Amino acid sequence: MSRERLAVDPIRCDAYGHCAELLPELVSLDEWGYPMIHDGNVPAGLRREARRAVAACPRLALRLERRQR
Amino acid sequence: MNVRLLPAAALGRAEFERTYGPLPAVTEELLEEVELSGLTGRGGAGFPTARKLRGVRSKRGAVVVANGTEGEPASAKDRALIERNPHLVIDGAIIAARLVHARRIVVAVGRSGEAADAVERAVAERRDAGSVSVATLPDRFVAGEESALVHWLNGGEAKPTATPPRPFERGVGGRPTLVQNVETLANLALIARYGPDWFRAEGTTDEPGTVLATVSGAVRKPGVVEVPLGLPVADVVARCGGARGPVQAYLVGGYFGSWVRPSADLLLSRASLGEAGGSLGARTVVALGERPCGVVETSRVVTYMAEQSAAQCGPCLFGLRALADCLQSVARCADGAAGSYARLAQLERQIARRGACAHPDGVLGLVASATRVFRDELARHLAGACSALDHRPVLPTPGAEGGWR
Amino acid sequence: MTSAFSSSATWYLMRASGVVALVLLTAVLVLGIATNRRWRPGRAPRVVTARLHRTISLLAVAFLGVHILTAVIDPYAVVGAAAVVVPFLAGKSAFAVGLGALSLDVVAALVVSSLLRARVPAALWRGIHWLAYLAWPLALAHSFATGTDASSLWLELTGAVCIAAVAGSTIWRVTAERGAKRLEPRPVTA
Repeated sequence: MSRERLAVDPIRCDAYGHCAELLPELVSLDEWGYPMIHDGNVPAGLRREARRAVAACPRLALRLERRQR
Repeated sequence: MNVRLLPAAALGRAEFERTYGPLPAVTEELLEEVELSGLTGRGGAGFPTARKLRGVRSKRGAVVVANGTEGEPASAKDRALIERNPHLVIDGAIIAARLVHARRIVVAVGRSGEAADAVERAVAERRDAGSVSVATLPDRFVAGEESALVHWLNGGEAKPTATPPRPFERGVGGRPTLVQNVETLANLALIARYGPDWFRAEGTTDEPGTVLATVSGAVRKPGVVEVPLGLPVADVVARCGGARGPVQAYLVGGYFGSWVRPSADLLLSRASLGEAGGSLGARTVVALGERPCGVVETSRVVTYMAEQSAAQCGPCLFGLRALADCLQSVARCADGAAGSYARLAQLERQIARRGACAHPDGVLGLVASATRVFRDELARHLAGACSALDHRPVLPTPGAEGGWR
Repeated sequence: MTSAFSSSATWYLMRASGVVALVLLTAVLVLGIATNRRWRPGRAPRVVTARLHRTISLLAVAFLGVHILTAVIDPYAVVGAAAVVVPFLAGKSAFAVGLGALSLDVVAALVVSSLLRARVPAALWRGIHWLAYLAWPLALAHSFATGTDASSLWLELTGAVCIAAVAGSTIWRVTAERGAKRLEPRPVTA
């Protein structure tokens, strides 16, 4: 059974902060505006929001990875 | 112990052949022998070499990169090896190239010093080094990181890149690339000649072989020595003339490493240093005497490491800067020192594992060890006093010159 | 032969939708810069700016579609379908229409590359997106060049406001502090 994990590419990320606005349950910002992903595992109920956040990142730095359990 | 890797003086081609004999033929069994020998990477990460060779071997048209860039200021072993025994390094690179079916070899060194000249002279003395080229990289701390090195060789800046793909899959020119420290390749050349049992005759069962260590600081004869793994650190220091006085702490493993307290039980091995809360790294040992201050030295190193950030990832660029500011405040016994010290935990949470490479985490490890080992001195600083009797800097922090290309 | 009434209706629809498309394109460009500058409307989330940029760009495409369709079917405009995308092919006032066609080509590239963003190499997407600074002046030039009623005060005013908006935003984009990570690190004194 594979799970989806939320991860950010720290080189691409430019602290736009859209991910934290769209997905506050899973992402918050550090004091410099960069995303801190709380856990990574995306619960089923938030999967759609997570996909939206990934699509919304202006730098395409946020991604959803398939992780094998 | 006979000298294996590091002769007392530089060896030209003729002397080299007299000492070590000719380049041995590379057979299929050699990979097995490397595995049996237990050789691990000598650049700091310590990855099993046979496994790394196998990882690149299964593809065609590979590239071998001999990494002698040595961005760590406290380390001089790669330069010493390249300058004194370039032929052993080139032998190792050629052997590795035959094992992984590579047609191109690059020897990567830093710009300052004699290393580039030494390699070029050695290549000119041989007839089998046609595919060997020398690359000189900018003198930056992170330039020798595997992905940074490959990125630079591909025409980019010497800054780490996001992985995947890792170099062994797609590296220089898109080809599978084996990046190996020059000391590892030199060991490969020895194993090819003398076999795994000979290699294992030195060192411990779990950590076999000899290593090059750079010893500096409060010792009488600072320099690079070749020692078996597992040797007590005190003996390593003794081979460098011994300490000039009582030692309050050793910085082992470079600026990514840790401070450890001197102890008769402390051995130069991954296991022993790990137990002491440290790491072996590239085996730099800096002895801090009693007169300088460990807190001040740590603050200077963190400042240097913040400047050396590739500035690609926010948490590293801004986090290390903030960390450096806090530590400077503590080192100067400034009024806000207590507040700065209290900030450290919050900064650590925001920096850990959030960079594209290990740079920020390495610094965090150093700071954590400093708060452990220099606990008393820290308390003195927070109370407004520093007990340094010698304010001259101990750890080298070269200025960043030139760009990233 | 179509009736005079309906042909003048398409004519006016073509003109009107053209003006609206230009205004919307201006808004899209300004919002694009605002997104880059991390602007937020009041205390709303910053992602709102980005979303507006995207929504209005699709709205602009819709009005562009009406503008082009009416231009093609209108007997007075004499713009063949091919001239819409291949610049400088139309008979009458070829140059003016050609500017519009060029602008449309760039806008199409912008929209398609953005809709397929996840599948397009990052550098290519960026390169095409920078061409927005080409698409807009082309659209503006097309508006003035094709205008028989460009002398109308309303249209002049609209044009002036659009120019001011783009000029101001461009200055905002260029003079604001460069992206944090692209700054050389402040030297941290030992």
